[in-house]
Amino acid sequence: MIPHDMPTSRELVESVREWLERDVLTGTTGRLQFHARVAINVLAMVERELETGVVQAATHQARLDQLGCADEAELAARIRSGELDDRAAEVRELVWASVRDKLSVANPKYLAGS
Amino acid sequence: MTAQLADQLACAVDATSVVDLVRLSGGASRETWRFVADGRPLILQRQRSGDGRDMGVEASVLRAAGAAGMPVAQVIAAGTGDDSPLGASFMVMTAVEGETIARKILRDDEYAEARAMLPAQLGAALAQLHAIPVDTAPGLVEQDQIEYYRTVMDTLGQPHPTFELVFRWLEQHRPVSPRQAIVHGDFRLGNVIVGTDGLRAVLDWELAHLGDPMEDLGWLCVKAWRFGSAKPVAGVGEYQELFDAYEAAGGGRVDPDEALWWEVLGTLKWGIMCILQCNAHMSGFSRSHELAAIGRRVCENEHDLFLALEGRW
Repeated sequence: MIPHDMPTSRELVESVREWLERDVLTGTTGRLQFHARVAINVLAMVERELETGVVQAATHQARLDQLGCADEAELAARIRSGELDDRAAEVRELVWASVRDKLSVANPKYLAGS
Repeated sequence: MTAQLADQLACAVDATSVVDLVRLSGGASRETWRFVADGRPLILQRQRSGDGRDMGVEASVLRAAGAAGMPVAQVIAAGTGDDSPLGASFMVMTAVEGETIARKILRDDEYAEARAMLPAQLGAALAQLHAIPVDTAPGLVEQDQIEYYRTVMDTLGQPHPTFELVFRWLEQHRPVSPRQAIVHGDFRLGNVIVGTDGLRAVLDWELAHLGDPMEDLGWLCVKAWRFGSAKPVAGVGEYQELFDAYEAAGGGRVDPDEALWWEVLGTLKWGIMCILQCNAHMSGFSRSHELAAIGRRVCENEHDLFLALEGRW
């Protein structure tokens, strides 16, 4: 349990994003407007991560456990050494699933468009 | 300082007047200027001393490409090292008018006819480049890209299981007995000048090297270089249009599987470059939320790699 008062961190980030969209985007042009747009995208990404992060972390850890790996580094090393070749299809399926999770936070439109 | 550079340029291009000298960009390794010498608009690229391959190599590749009929800016003057009139290696080229911004070329109405011509023009330009004898430009080398990018990944210390899966696929499916040619190394929209009449000049030769000519075709098809367009070749054409134009211009027959191998390697490379760009922010070299956000684009490349290799593992 966190000791903080309302709003939550996600809601705080949301409030800044809304301000950028409402006032900054409409009040700027050119390079500054482009960078405001990038900032909006970054904050929206953080909001999605704060929303789904805990669940995604547990799912990702379960996938690593299934392959007997402590972390990404160990999984990467065992793929390179060929140790997991006899489970190649399973490895690809699990790695791709985690990539989709990353995309659902980073850029859900990209996932929907492909 | 600008006045001194103008005097040096007048000497380098043998002009009586140099005016309108404006700096266009200055990167870590080179700077680009625009100026007018005796009424003629020209571009200067000047290397920062002692950084990377000498620009003289690039000048000789660019001259060879022009001689081979490829649309490129004409090299007016070039010099190497501290003894050059500019105190550093440099190239002066003709200024070619037109658009380089990919999104404009892909979306603006005035480039509709150019878009229709580009797939064939890009294919023909590559065929012209790849026909140049490899000993024309001394100083170019070939490098094993899988080995190189594995080292880059290991140095970065951010292991990616997807990239390891793809490195293994690349090793197991290497094209057999590839040709060796002069490869541009970064042939895509953004690095070409396009007019309403189509392709006008191929720019940015600093990554030119020796290698399999299919590398340039594959890189041109990497999804990032479609800038959101559905068409695979630079966002303007279909694979077969590019391959047919390349063959018709004397580039030889293209094996689509070999081109795809290079497209997959290109997608992997772009993913690693995203990590490198993010690192420029993380290391403090250039603090920027734009660079930071690019770090979260790595998974787009990972997803593209899985899509490209579905059914091919």
